[in-house]
Amino acid sequence: MSASNDDNKSTLGRFWGWLRRPSAGLAVGTLLVVGFFTGILFWGGFNWSMEMTNNEAFCISCHEMEDNVYQEYRETVHYSNRTGVRATCPDCHVPKSWIHKIARKIQASNELYHHFLGTLDTREKYEAKRLTLAKNVWKVMKETDSRECRNCHSFEYMDFVEQEKRSQGSHEEAIDDNMTCIDCHKGIAHELPAGIIGVDGVPNMGN
Amino acid sequence: MKTWMKATAVAIAVAVITVMSVDGAIAQDGVQSLRGGTALDEGLRAADIARPNTGKRFTRNYRQQPPLIPHRIDKYQIDLKANQCMGCHDWPQNVDANAPKISETHYVSPTGVRLNKVSGSRWFCNQCHVPQSLAKALVPNTFTSSNDMR
Ligand code: HEC
Ligand code: HEC
Ligand code: HEC
Repeated sequence: MSASNDDNKSTLGRFWGWLRRPSAGLAVGTLLVVGFFTGILFWGGFNWSMEMTNNEAFCISCHEMEDNVYQEYRETVHYSNRTGVRATCPDCHVPKSWIHKIARKIQASNELYHHFLGTLDTREKYEAKRLTLAKNVWKVMKETDSRECRNCHSFEYMDFVEQEKRSQGSHEEAIDDNMTCIDCHKGIAHELPAGIIGVDGVPNMGN
Repeated sequence: MKTWMKATAVAIAVAVITVMSVDGAIAQDGVQSLRGGTALDEGLRAADIARPNTGKRFTRNYRQQPPLIPHRIDKYQIDLKANQCMGCHDWPQNVDANAPKISETHYVSPTGVRLNKVSGSRWFCNQCHVPQSLAKALVPNTFTSSNDMR
């Protein structure tokens, strides 16, 4: 009775059974070694693909990015400057710490989905959606206290004497009032969106 | 050879010589193109960039002069979408930003209507205002400030 029952099991069921059965033919050592190397392979491959998708070339392989934000970013101080130190897209948009990075990558699958849908495939569509997109970034940066900016910049090591007077004054005020970079430095790498006027917490840049 | 042909040939020769010598005279007088004396196939060194001076605000040379900007304005966005200058210089934000408010005249429309926002005709700040710089005068001149004339 039980034997015939076993025969009726699906392929998946049999596979599961095989997985659960203690190994008879293989030494524990072999199992450990094989497991170890497979582990390296998977973990390495995983991290490799994380790195592959964590550079500027990957970011701008979508024309939505290359034709819009990338062109604007090329005009700014984080692309070209006196010292030749650059901040690339992932420096500002992908967290450094592992757990936050994974979370951001999972979120990015939604961006891929919209890429294939063509949600933003023209400049007009991009501009129309831009305020929403920018607001998302502002919100996250506000929540993380501009964590990505602070990977490179920090008030602690700023020599205020070297800064312009107005920067100096603003930064002293920022420290006193516990403000964060994105409170004041919106549009640091891209054009500000239309409709920014009247957005909460944004100084009135127009009317 | 017919006389008229001779006459024409002489006339052309005279014309060519005259043009050539006048040309030479102009070159000697120092009339130059924007490229100076540099030949067309030679590279020309780029002019020095006048760096903005971010120290004290320069005084105005005459009453109606648009005040100069005492800081850098690189990459400041002034377009249909936004005007970053207004972030600090529009009332009432200028109070917090500790920045001079744009002139009250900038809140008046071209037809004289008082507005509660900067007039569209004043939108593009850098049509009149430029960063100050300790640059040398491009051409020698005898400009005297109207205040010094009184
Ligand atoms: C990868 C490092 C890096 C990151 C991340 C980064 N920056 Fe920078 N940033 C720089 C460097 C380097 C410079 C100076 C370039 C120079 O002038 O030589 C700079 C310059 C600046 C300036 C001066 C602009 C000017 O016109 O002189 C501002 C403002 C600024 N960053 C703000 C930010 C903000 C806000 C963020 C976060 C959204 C950020 N940065 C993220 C490296 C970085
Ligand atoms: C209260 C508003 C405010 C906050 C908050 C703020 N900044 Fe600034 N910062 C300014 C202003 C105003 C300037 C003047 C230049 C400009 O606006 O482009 C400036 C200038 C700078 C400059 C150029 C300095 C110079 O004079 O060469 C850098 C770099 C910079 N900020 C980085 C940062 C970073 C990084 C943070 C977050 C840790 C930050 N700022 C937070 C207002 C602020
Ligand atoms: C110096 C940091 C910095 C760098 C470098 C940077 N960004 Fe951004 N990005 C921002 C900030 C801050 C915003 C929020 C909107 C704003 O303030 O302009 C933003 C917004 C965006 C948006 C939302 C839509 C929008 O236009 O606001 C996209 C998409 C984007 N960035 C893509 C990129 C890509 C692609 C690159 C590389 C070519 C890049 N960013 C490089 C800081 C940066």
